[in-house]
Amino acid sequence: MTLWFVFALMTAAAIFAVLWPLGRGSRVQADGSETAVYRDQLNEIDRDASAGLINPPEAVAARVEISRRLLAAADNQREPPSGANLRLRRIAALVALVALPVVAVGLYGVLGSPGLPDFPLAQRSRTPDGTQSLDSLIAQVEQHLEKNPTDGRGWSVIAPVYARLGRLDDAIRAFRNSITYNGESADRRADLGEALVAAASGVVTAEAKTEFERAIALNADEVKANYFLGLAAEQDGRSAEAASIWRAMLDKAPPDAPWRPLVQAALVRVGGPPVPGPSKEAVAAAKDMSETDRSAMIHTMVERLATRLKQNGDDVEGWLRLVRAYMVLGDADKAKAASSDARQAVAKDPERLQQLNEGLKHLGLDG
Amino acid sequence: MIAESGHYALVLAFGLALIQSTVPILGARWRDVALMNVARSTAVAQLLFVAASFAALVTLHVSSDFSVVNVVENSHSMKPLIYKITGVWGNHEGSMLLWVSILALFGGLVAMFGNNLPISLRAHVLAVQAWIASAFYLFILMTSNPFLRIANPPMEGQDLNPVLQDIGLAVHPPMLYLGYVGFSISFSFAIAALIEGRIDAAWARWVRPWTLVAWIFLTLGIAMGSYWAYYELGWGGWWFWDPVENASLMPWLAGTALLHSLVVMEKRNALKVWTILLSILAFSLSLLGTFLVRSGVLTSVHAFANDPRRGIFILLILCLFIGGSLSLYAFRASSLKQGGLFAPISREGALVLNNLLLTTACATVFIGTLYPLALEVMTGEKISVGAPFFNLTFGPLFVPLLIALPFGPMLAWKRGDLLGAAQRLMAAGVAALIALALVWAWTFGGSTLAPLAIGLAVFVIVGALIDIAERIGLFRLPLGVAAGRARGLPRSAWGTMFAHAGVGIALIGIVCETSWNSENIRTMRAGDVTSIAGYSLKLESLTPRQGPNYSEMAAKFDVLVDGRLIATMTPSKRNFTTRGATTTEAALLSRGASQLYISLGDIGTDGSVAVRIYHKPLVLLIWFGPVLMAFGGVLSLSDRRLRVGAPKPAKSYRGLQAAE
Repeated sequence: MTLWFVFALMTAAAIFAVLWPLGRGSRVQADGSETAVYRDQLNEIDRDASAGLINPPEAVAARVEISRRLLAAADNQREPPSGANLRLRRIAALVALVALPVVAVGLYGVLGSPGLPDFPLAQRSRTPDGTQSLDSLIAQVEQHLEKNPTDGRGWSVIAPVYARLGRLDDAIRAFRNSITYNGESADRRADLGEALVAAASGVVTAEAKTEFERAIALNADEVKANYFLGLAAEQDGRSAEAASIWRAMLDKAPPDAPWRPLVQAALVRVGGPPVPGPSKEAVAAAKDMSETDRSAMIHTMVERLATRLKQNGDDVEGWLRLVRAYMVLGDADKAKAASSDARQAVAKDPERLQQLNEGLKHLGLDG
Repeated sequence: MIAESGHYALVLAFGLALIQSTVPILGARWRDVALMNVARSTAVAQLLFVAASFAALVTLHVSSDFSVVNVVENSHSMKPLIYKITGVWGNHEGSMLLWVSILALFGGLVAMFGNNLPISLRAHVLAVQAWIASAFYLFILMTSNPFLRIANPPMEGQDLNPVLQDIGLAVHPPMLYLGYVGFSISFSFAIAALIEGRIDAAWARWVRPWTLVAWIFLTLGIAMGSYWAYYELGWGGWWFWDPVENASLMPWLAGTALLHSLVVMEKRNALKVWTILLSILAFSLSLLGTFLVRSGVLTSVHAFANDPRRGIFILLILCLFIGGSLSLYAFRASSLKQGGLFAPISREGALVLNNLLLTTACATVFIGTLYPLALEVMTGEKISVGAPFFNLTFGPLFVPLLIALPFGPMLAWKRGDLLGAAQRLMAAGVAALIALALVWAWTFGGSTLAPLAIGLAVFVIVGALIDIAERIGLFRLPLGVAAGRARGLPRSAWGTMFAHAGVGIALIGIVCETSWNSENIRTMRAGDVTSIAGYSLKLESLTPRQGPNYSEMAAKFDVLVDGRLIATMTPSKRNFTTRGATTTEAALLSRGASQLYISLGDIGTDGSVAVRIYHKPLVLLIWFGPVLMAFGGVLSLSDRRLRVGAPKPAKSYRGLQAAE
């Protein structure tokens, strides 16, 4: 309703602009004319002549010429306004009162969308229920950053949140901003690389690889960067290189590093055995075997591992390998059984238990 | 509510323009003061409504209201505030709204400050303004409405063309439009004079300030646009004889001619019919400029509109206004009384020569710009008329213009003394010869034309200074007297000096840049060193950076002279993710009036980058000249005094000259 009220006021103002001069009658106002200009020019000649800018003969000649123009202009005066033409004025007033609103509203009715309210972005970002949900917290940080786009801390706070929510493009932008305003560091570069990988659905792109290499250049032991560089090697088909990167990581890592299982699992994937695996001969043999024979061989190997772990349950890596093997073989029940066995086996040792849980989480078997 | 109010304000402005274009004419016909005064109040009201409409659009862009199509298509919530505002006129719809806003601004100014005009002339002028305004309002509302809405607004916009995200865009289009649209006032005055059937020296006095304002803004707008192209497009060039650039140059040439012929008309009541024609031409060419950029006939960086329906609409507007005004001219011009007589060698004669050369130059640009377009429309054949054509036609026309330029102000009105003027210009000629010899000796073996052109430029500059020195009697009278006369000298005389010297200075810049520009194009890696014109440049590093709505690869160069670090330059290549477009941000280092210019090419995966390095001697003079010209224009505008050319007595009278 306010909208139409505003329109009504605007229309009234427009009508007033037309009616006002019509109502003021035919009082003749200050009216310029040619003679005024020529009189000014004559005065100007006098001023110039007295200032010595033109010499007397020229001044005289100029005065004569302008006077001639002045006389001509006076002869040829514009006819003074003849007064009121009331009929025309009434028509003009009628046009203003009727035609102007009709044209304006008619045209606007065709073109405008009076039903639509404004949608400024700032209002739309606010969540309607007003609870401090994650969305509204993000919106707050975003608003803050819109006003202070150089606040590196804000960017570093919001970047992982974006990544978690799957808003990967935003995450990448935020990580980049964080680097720009907080300065370079190995983990920031690695985080950015990770987001780039996630945005490329798991593929370590050349762009991401550059970021990891920068991270390594800043800190050779950066874990995430090393891991992803290994992954890049794996994806490029250079399994041996991947394995050596990961093995080097495991060698340097403290025994309780939470990421150990992940890297170990990856290492297993590319076939590099930190723990005894099938010998080269066995693998070569498996290649030549028929499908049934091969699966039989794999099954025997898995069984062997299972038996070994029943005797010595301290080997967390072994347990993880077993669970993974069952999953690869499509035996979800056995995988679950193995994981619960493993938990029982290491239950007394909290460090190992944590390591195991982490590893299981990465395998998708979340407790 | 803001969006709809802005829309309704625009519709109301259209309604008011319709009334303003009819009622005052009827009032003038029946000599009714009240009806004629409707023009004033409606012009002011129209200005208020358009201003409100424009303010509404700016607000919508700033608040990122993505329910408005125009905002969705040209904005992005992450864009910095300044580009949210300038983005309003960085697109077709918004720029047309800016166009009519400026039109309404000029109309409003005439209504508010036109008290010295005869009431019927004012009524006619404002009515003609309203004709133009009505046509453009209708065009905007029907084909390019910036206030169209979407019911389900998206959360993010499509961003502005990255090339336009630059501070140059904040200044260049408004300046250019102030120039283009400013000529609408002289057009309206000309049409009003034709309708009324009377025109005299006073008319020129009334039109001149408006024309001067338009000319100042157009000069600055063109210079600004050229500088923008120079640093933003990354090619190192500053004028490409691009049709869009020509479109702004043509009204400038016609407008410059108009300014000079107005002087003749104001002082001597002569050249009336010709001045009317120039007024019509200047605005017609401005309209054509708008048409060339907007209709989508041309594809270039400027042409952000691509809709044939719009093209047809603008074509109709063009035919109506250009065709209509020229028909009216043909019909009524013969009834206008002829004015004062003058000898061929006189100030008037010099200004006629100036007019002839400028309009011919304008015609060559016109042909070079439109002939390829016409040919393409007629036969489908595509030809390109480039710099060689313009250099061959435009150059030879400007040489006599520049040679004659210092003589003009030295000649007296009515009957001039060419020999006397030549004697007084002797010093300028000597200075020119010395400059020529020095430059020729210094660059022996190079271009032969360049030293000649420098000599010509020096002749123009010194000629402009001598004119002032002669008038105030410097070296001839005691210093105190001369200083007194300098103070008493009309400001327009100083304006003339600055504007004419500006032409010479721009010429020096142009010649130096084109003749002694050196370039170095190579592929570099971090740590590589290269050199140009005595500077060594070391590519220090190549680092990625993140801006608000783009990411960029910035190269850091150390600039060394004799092994001493004098500056670092960081050109970059920006990647705008929303539009998937890249722009080149050249780095400029000014050393005096010369510049070092680095722009980046392709960046290889192996850390190498293609680099273009230019050294451009005295390149800044190219834009300093126009700024000086505009400054001269401002000085002239501030000269409120009315002066009349004093005819020189038949007996030759050496020494003292006319004030003008």
